Amino acid sequence: MADEREHEHDHDHEHGHDHEHGPRAFQPDLEDTVPHSDYQYLEAAVRELLIEKGLLTADEVRAAIEAMDARGPHLGAKVVARAWADPAYRQRLLADGSAACRELGVDMGPTHLVVVENTPAVHNMLVCTLCSCYPRFLLGIPPLWYKSREYRSRTVREPRAVLAEFGTVLPEGVEVRVHDSTADMRYLVLPMRPPGSEGLDEAALADLVTRDSMIGVSLPQSPKQAAAE
Amino acid sequence: MARFAPGEAVHVQDRHPAGHLRTPAYCRGKRGVVERICGSFGQPESYGFGGDGKPFQPLYRVRFEQARIWPDYDGPATDTVEIEIFEHWLDPAG
Amino acid sequence: MRQYHDMGGLPAGPIDRHEHESALWEKRVDALLMLLAGRKPPLMRVDELRRGIEQLPPDAYDRLSYYERWISSISAILVEKGVLDQAELEARVAEVRARAEGAG
Repeated sequence: MADEREHEHDHDHEHGHDHEHGPRAFQPDLEDTVPHSDYQYLEAAVRELLIEKGLLTADEVRAAIEAMDARGPHLGAKVVARAWADPAYRQRLLADGSAACRELGVDMGPTHLVVVENTPAVHNMLVCTLCSCYPRFLLGIPPLWYKSREYRSRTVREPRAVLAEFGTVLPEGVEVRVHDSTADMRYLVLPMRPPGSEGLDEAALADLVTRDSMIGVSLPQSPKQAAAE
Repeated sequence: MARFAPGEAVHVQDRHPAGHLRTPAYCRGKRGVVERICGSFGQPESYGFGGDGKPFQPLYRVRFEQARIWPDYDGPATDTVEIEIFEHWLDPAG
Repeated sequence: MRQYHDMGGLPAGPIDRHEHESALWEKRVDALLMLLAGRKPPLMRVDELRRGIEQLPPDAYDRLSYYERWISSISAILVEKGVLDQAELEARVAEVRARAEGAG
């Protein structure tokens, strides 16, 4: 849970529409400058006291939020696209996930990233049953549903039912392997490269890679799906 | 020096102490196989209460057959779940 | 006997896949924890954040939103560690409330 970031949009991601997962400019929400609930008062009080005691500065808070907003699935998609295009990179990614991400200029902070590869025999899914651990430096903040009681409880117990809720049906004979992020590792699913994507350049490949395919609740888009949007 | 090697069968201790734990209840008392050694890290039981985490413990990814975890698992016998578990929660399975 | 937050495998209903942007105050909570945990030595650890959340009574755990749980835990842990004083925190919360209600 340490390094979670939020990257939610106002609308639903599930059909993998061709939405720019680019970095977001920091836009102060005017409504939120006046706190209006007990917990918002608490946040303001804690922050003000810490700043007054010299333990934090307002600039640091602002910079941390900007950094958080700049992270998102576009970073993971870039890594996946490179792994699809370059077999040697894929090997390095599987051997040391954080180092390989840093090769592409992604600041992984203290993350120990384990990359798990989908194959015709194995489909991987990620969950944190105990809280909401997620590869935040690579994918941004996890979606609300990833942090929900329902996802956390059911994914280890009935992964195929959860996949079905996301509209994902796997072929016969595929092993479903769930990863429960319980301690110091963080995970990324390396989806299989979609058929029909041969000949696409890395930027076009990255467009096929959805956040949900890197969590393992769905598959990447096909070139046809991406083109239809 | 890690006690267990990849491929080795291990048994998760079936204990339920109070405090801050990162070994989920659903795998306690279950048998799995070490998938890899992740390195050594501080103990959550200590860090959770402001301690220094020492002595650091080897952390393993352990693979469990879903059919061994859930009595009525509704899926193929090949389905698995992999969980990070600290050495101080593991015994040899034999 | 499992702890309340330790929910892997428990029955639950359908997953609500609705998404929404975090509010600014929520991002601030997140940033706060990142900054506190990033200090050398840390002012508080992620593990302490988690422990504070796990110590919430079950009804609070269920009722509070994700970042409400975070700020509850952060404030409790900082008071426990003596970084903040309970009385000064309460006084500041009251002051923030008064300001907000005056402004509204």
